[in-house]
Amino acid sequence: MSTDEKKSAIHVDGLHKSFGELAVLKGVSMDAREGDVISIIGASGSGKSTFLRCINLLELPSAGSITIAGEPIQFAPLKDGVMNPADRKQIRRLRTNLGMVFQGFNLWGHMTVLQNVMEAPVHVLGQPKAEAREKAEAMLQRVGLYEKRDQYPAFLSGGQQQRAAIARALAIEPQAMLFDEPTSALDPELVGEVLKVIRSIAEEGRTMILVTHEMAFARDVSSQVVFLHQGLVEEQGTPDQVFNHAKSERCKAFVSSIH
Amino acid sequence: MTFLSNIVQFLSEWGPNLLWGLVATLQIALGGYALGLLIGLGGALGKIYGGPVTRLFLEIYTTLIRAVPELVLILLLYYAGTQLLNDTLRGLGYERVDISGVAAGVAVLGIVQGAYATEVLRGAMQAIPRGQVEAAQAYGMSAALTFRRIMLPAMVPLALPGMANLWLIITKDTALLAVVGFEELAGATRQAAGSTRLYLEAFVVAGGLYLGLTLASNRFFKWLEGRATLGQVKVGAA
Amino acid sequence: MGEWYWLPDYFWRFAEGLWVTLELLAIALFFGFLLAIPIGLVQVTGPRWLAAIARGFCTMIRGTPLLIQLWLLYYGLGSLFPYFPELRQSFLWPILREAFPYAAVAFIISVAAYEGHIMRGAFASVPKGELEAARAFGMGPFTVLRRIWLPRAIQNVLPTLSGEAVLTLKSVPLAATITIFDVYGVGNIVRQETFRTYEPLLFVAFIYLLITAVLVVFFRWLENRVPKASQ
Repeated sequence: MSTDEKKSAIHVDGLHKSFGELAVLKGVSMDAREGDVISIIGASGSGKSTFLRCINLLELPSAGSITIAGEPIQFAPLKDGVMNPADRKQIRRLRTNLGMVFQGFNLWGHMTVLQNVMEAPVHVLGQPKAEAREKAEAMLQRVGLYEKRDQYPAFLSGGQQQRAAIARALAIEPQAMLFDEPTSALDPELVGEVLKVIRSIAEEGRTMILVTHEMAFARDVSSQVVFLHQGLVEEQGTPDQVFNHAKSERCKAFVSSIH
Repeated sequence: MTFLSNIVQFLSEWGPNLLWGLVATLQIALGGYALGLLIGLGGALGKIYGGPVTRLFLEIYTTLIRAVPELVLILLLYYAGTQLLNDTLRGLGYERVDISGVAAGVAVLGIVQGAYATEVLRGAMQAIPRGQVEAAQAYGMSAALTFRRIMLPAMVPLALPGMANLWLIITKDTALLAVVGFEELAGATRQAAGSTRLYLEAFVVAGGLYLGLTLASNRFFKWLEGRATLGQVKVGAA
Repeated sequence: MGEWYWLPDYFWRFAEGLWVTLELLAIALFFGFLLAIPIGLVQVTGPRWLAAIARGFCTMIRGTPLLIQLWLLYYGLGSLFPYFPELRQSFLWPILREAFPYAAVAFIISVAAYEGHIMRGAFASVPKGELEAARAFGMGPFTVLRRIWLPRAIQNVLPTLSGEAVLTLKSVPLAATITIFDVYGVGNIVRQETFRTYEPLLFVAFIYLLITAVLVVFFRWLENRVPKASQ
């Protein structure tokens, strides 16, 4: 099956983002089709996190277009250099199709792990509590945290918190998952357990966009790798192309320095 | 417009009285604060280093004072205090004395503040790293010298926010003395309001004076904190 | 110790006084906290002019004695009524004539300012990432506030709020200065009628110890129900 036959999950075209004078993204495009696992790599400051955060409008872009599952995001006319959404309801609806996992976990500290996972299904999607609980427990089982379901986040290790955060993102049954450097805040010995969970999600064919510093992992799980440099796509292709046969000298230098 | 002209008229007639009230308020507050600080230092030391009886007594003192309304305490301490003093004096063969309002106010508010100051200072004392005290002892300092040269200066920045808060509380608590008939700012204002019938204007002016006192105190403590925290890494600073 | 023969005669008066005290306390804490939420919130979210008003309100109320505020409301507003004779005919008059509403309003304002100041810090202390996560999961601003921001903020400051509640309880006797007979006010009646100086005051102090203890236990129970923010 060629990629063209698969439906578009996330389509970004010519994305620009400036913070005041500083241009972080200078026209980045990306097309993620259903089942794609796209890793975005690059030095810090290359704009890779900003790019990911623009997809679900946690950052408001300055120019460009974003289409989620064939539905273009409606923007209001440019004001003060940012594009505000024209329809906040649309944003909220589209966000429930994107499961976001943050670098700093961002679990809600006043809720148990189970409550964290149930929160969006019940209070955003309006699912009945019993049903949401059942699904949440299944998700926690999957990430290996069922025993910790009644614990509060502060009492978990970083790796456990991140696995809980992944369960929380899966619980809204998103069309795509967005990972923003999910292992960067973890102690080295905790990285493995989180990568294992992410790999299992990738293997079940879920669309994923992953910003990461874990090169070996990116090479392993990705269907496509994007190398960003100073707000532009410098190199793009299959893991083999980017890691072994890069045309750009910068990309070559970057992947070899990390190894 | 009548409101403003009323205030001008009120100030020209009663301004001096209110200012004297403010002076009395400041006197009582300063005196009570100093007394409270002394009691607090003793209380904190007693709570940390005292024997079981001292500790129990201090626990009862701080719990009672912090649970009973200031107004009730002021009445109790004022009446009980004057009677106790006169009974003692009579027993020693002296004449009974009339206690001045300022002295009674200072004593009463000082005892109330002492309970809160005990807790603030105890917290500060316990937050001093043990190693610093041990180091002083290792250099052969006596307990008194250690307290004066090492603990006290180390405590100041830790205790300052709490003690600043206590100062703001005591300046406002002086107003309670008006209820037992003292002529501090609130009492003077009530008298002025009653005789001019300009209630609104009088209390607005008094509120302005109290607010001015608070804002000036805030400034002062901010400056003091800036000085006292020299050599400390500020939380949140890079 | 002391003479207590008067106590049975005044028992029911004290019970009524206790009711008034608790009523004032409950009204002040409930409505005061309700106001404190937006007062704290706008100081964090803006808009700037609203934040300035809220901050000014907190500074003003926290910077002046409650007694002055109470007298300003009761005597100050009362002194304006003669200028508006039609008030006497209005449906509001039965309320304006009573002392209790003035005390209630003064206490509510006071609680709103002190707790508003606390809530500002509480809202500001909630990690930005948790709010961002809430938005990323499709929550609207009101849902974020109701489900995440507010409960998380309260969790951080519950001990402070409990201390504030005790302070409010202890300021209720001020209402007696505007002819309200709370526990302390009843104590004063007893003192005037029996000429006993201390015993009624000691009894009032004793009742206060009990109420404070109940309040402290209640808040401790509440704190135990709420998870700790950190280990």
